[in-house]
Amino acid sequence: MPRRKGAPEVNAGSMADIAFLLLIFFLVTTTIETDAGLDRMLPPMEPPEEDVVIKQKNIFTVNINKNGQLLVEDELMDLKGLRKAAMDFLENGADGTCNYCKGRKDPASSDNPSKAIISLKNDRETKYSTYITVQNELVGAYNDLRNREAQRIFGRSFVEMEGEYLDPKNKDLFTASQLEKLKDDVKRIQDMFPQKLSEAETTSN
Amino acid sequence: MGNFKKSKKGMPAISTASLPDIVFMLLFFFMTVTTIKDYPMLVDNELPMADQVKKLEKKDRVIEIYVGKPAEDLVKVLGAEPKIQLDKRLANVNEVAPYVLSELAKKPEAIRNLVTVSLKVDKKVGMGIVSDIKEELRKVNLLKVNYTTYEGNSLSGQ
Repeated sequence: MPRRKGAPEVNAGSMADIAFLLLIFFLVTTTIETDAGLDRMLPPMEPPEEDVVIKQKNIFTVNINKNGQLLVEDELMDLKGLRKAAMDFLENGADGTCNYCKGRKDPASSDNPSKAIISLKNDRETKYSTYITVQNELVGAYNDLRNREAQRIFGRSFVEMEGEYLDPKNKDLFTASQLEKLKDDVKRIQDMFPQKLSEAETTSN
Repeated sequence: MGNFKKSKKGMPAISTASLPDIVFMLLFFFMTVTTIKDYPMLVDNELPMADQVKKLEKKDRVIEIYVGKPAEDLVKVLGAEPKIQLDKRLANVNEVAPYVLSELAKKPEAIRNLVTVSLKVDKKVGMGIVSDIKEELRKVNLLKVNYTTYEGNSLSGQ
């Protein structure tokens, strides 16, 4: 018997189910990775032309030994106290030129934030997680101080301003003048507490 | 309005024929935007925690270096000393500089000086190997590094 209606239509009703299955599989197995971490600049290989003399009181030394213990300014210190100690050092302002510092103006500590240097030394055996924690606390000390000043001047935190400035999406959202102003504001706060974190070469013993 | 009154068989069924198309569209979207790691991790890679982090925004400006103890099935062959993974292979410290330079050469010239090296180091690794890598990077004048971490409270992670 000849067919009159041609081939019967294939039921496509379950196609959606199959596609959903695939979709869910991909959703579960893939992870959209947004990497985040601590940004650092390494010191260049070439040493500076002339030796710069830095006063001992302007250097805040942090030593980490292989057991993860901290020696801060020749005293044993707990990780929890590090941020506070670093902040106290940075905003000490012994020479009185820093009018926004709230430090104790201890003559034995740093002159002003632009001269204050934090020197971080570690042992080859130091655990990486300890090193990162210390780095994190030191960056945190800078960020806390910068946040405080940004709050005072611009009424919002520095981290927020910087994030807004670095976010590539905002290149389209903001006008050129807005972006320029944001850049200047971020720069101004950065210059109040310039990040001077020196990573000396590790010691082997 | 008149149409509704005439229909006596109730509401007609909504056609779901275009549902697969919509779902396929979603599927293709996810397939294109996500990246599946095409090479296996040869080293353990549990990153440390930090909370003062900055996002690595652009993937094309990042060179990744993994460091960690060899993965479980490789420990027998390679031992438990931390190793460096560059792309799909394990490497020595002295191979870091050539690798980074070759990766850099693949990038368009305009963004070469914006490239960041992302150090994905396992948290149990000692600083020795990390310092060696840092030395290598300094030698080839790639000074922007990012210690890639998970976001979280670093003090409680100790």
